[in-house]
Amino acid sequence: MSVTAPITLAAHNLVRCFGRNEAIRGVSLQLRQGEVLGLLGQNGAGKSTTLQMLAGTLLPQSGQIEICGFDLTRHPRMAKAKIGFVPERVPVYQDMKVDDFLMFAARLRRMPPTRIMDALAETKYRCSLQDSGKKIIGTLSKGYQQRIGIAQAIIHQPEVIILDEPTVSLDPSQIRDIRALIRELGSLYSVILSTHLLDEVESICDRAEILHHGRLVYGSTSAQMQQYGLNQPGFILTLLSPPALPELQSVAGVQQVDQLSATQFRILHAHDSNPGAALLELAAKKGWLAEPLVPLRSALEDVFMQITQTGKS
Amino acid sequence: MILTIARKELRSLFGTPSTWLILGMLQFIFALFFLARLDAFIQLQPQLAQLINAPGATSAVAAPLFSSAALIMMMLIPVFTMRLIAEERRNQTMTLLMSSPVSNWEIVLGKFTGLMLFLVPVTLSCVLIVLTLAAGTQLDIGLILANALGLMLLCASYAALGMYVSALTLQPAIAAIGALAISFGLMLVDISTEEHDASWRALTPTHHFQNFNIGLLNSGDMVFFLLFCGFFLVLTIRQLHNNRMYGQ
Repeated sequence: MSVTAPITLAAHNLVRCFGRNEAIRGVSLQLRQGEVLGLLGQNGAGKSTTLQMLAGTLLPQSGQIEICGFDLTRHPRMAKAKIGFVPERVPVYQDMKVDDFLMFAARLRRMPPTRIMDALAETKYRCSLQDSGKKIIGTLSKGYQQRIGIAQAIIHQPEVIILDEPTVSLDPSQIRDIRALIRELGSLYSVILSTHLLDEVESICDRAEILHHGRLVYGSTSAQMQQYGLNQPGFILTLLSPPALPELQSVAGVQQVDQLSATQFRILHAHDSNPGAALLELAAKKGWLAEPLVPLRSALEDVFMQITQTGKS
Repeated sequence: MILTIARKELRSLFGTPSTWLILGMLQFIFALFFLARLDAFIQLQPQLAQLINAPGATSAVAAPLFSSAALIMMMLIPVFTMRLIAEERRNQTMTLLMSSPVSNWEIVLGKFTGLMLFLVPVTLSCVLIVLTLAAGTQLDIGLILANALGLMLLCASYAALGMYVSALTLQPAIAAIGALAISFGLMLVDISTEEHDASWRALTPTHHFQNFNIGLLNSGDMVFFLLFCGFFLVLTIRQLHNNRMYGQ
């Protein structure tokens, strides 16, 4: 993904109320081609509502959505042809065969009939559904149904793929498969996905936005997010036969040493000098049996909690 | 696009075993009515022969058969219409249609067409049963065609009404009961209004079917059926728009 990649989805100042309850209050988003954006938030933060509006199944009370330059409310037909939407509960007809369902989805998206068969084969290959074409959807497992849900959203080769909690209620190996698939899709199209799983953001998203009480409270790349809240860089040093604490403190560049356990030490240092190499060298010389250094980074969970807590006040 | 949706509806109708069961039962009931009427007609034939201008086989057997078919279809169509929108909304499959580049009227007309493609053969099966009379007597083809047309229009009206009720709720069962209650209510209005008070009666599909039943092709009746269908189809389209507006 580069900054010069074309913008495929732009939402501006979306507002949505349900009765008196203001669910979304002025959300603006931008998505570029080849980017995976994670929409993070607690339950009830407005993730699904936002995605439903982006997919055109729910009308915003105010604000604009543009998909590849087409306004979603004014030219819905042009805009929606470029969207693939997988809601939280995958919209599959339980009594249809996989092939029939996917072909129906392709026709609904106004694909030319001549291209449907090729698109079907390609989509099934991509979602590893090659052997399930003749099976009835209702008889397949949740993981397969999720894949069919994603397959119906990409069969017409949309520019923007919208996924609402794509890995919820899947088992770990299915989660891994789906994440690999999303990653792959992210390199071709723009993907926006909502989740409350932080490791999901960490593993597949280029960028994350945190939604809290209907507002976007924080947005950044996921790598930057992990640095959030860290005032001082540092690492964890594991020494299997550790020396006394003062001996570590005396190493040049080390500002603070905390003993975490019998063998683990947290070493904090200044931004400009990293004593890691010197420490390892010293450990080798003195036979402290050092293990590889683990850089300190705040867990995404802490970042998330920190941001949503400040968002509240 | 309408045909794509219609074809899918037709497929899912025939994909469920209950549809075949209902179709089978329907044929059985039609045949039973038909044979009962035929039996009565044959027994009465010597007496009828003494009358001047006695009713022929068509009006004595076919017309009552269509009349009872109309009643059966009134009770049966809600079973098919209940699934159209309510079930899709409950299973969240409506999202697929809503997020596709398809407008509300295409969804509604597609579903309506799909159901009608299913109901027309049902009506025709009734005609086929009556046509077996041709083996023994001369038939009044005009009367049969008028009845078939009337029955089809009546089915279309009930289908449009049922689809609208289906768009109002998430529960298919409530959609079925609601549609049945409204059509039954309309029938009661037709039966219970007094002869001189025609304005209420004019609003009921069953009243307009009566004319078709006696072989009277009245353009007013046809316009009524078309308006009735159109009214409820437009209401359904509005309702889908509202669902988009206020959430599923």
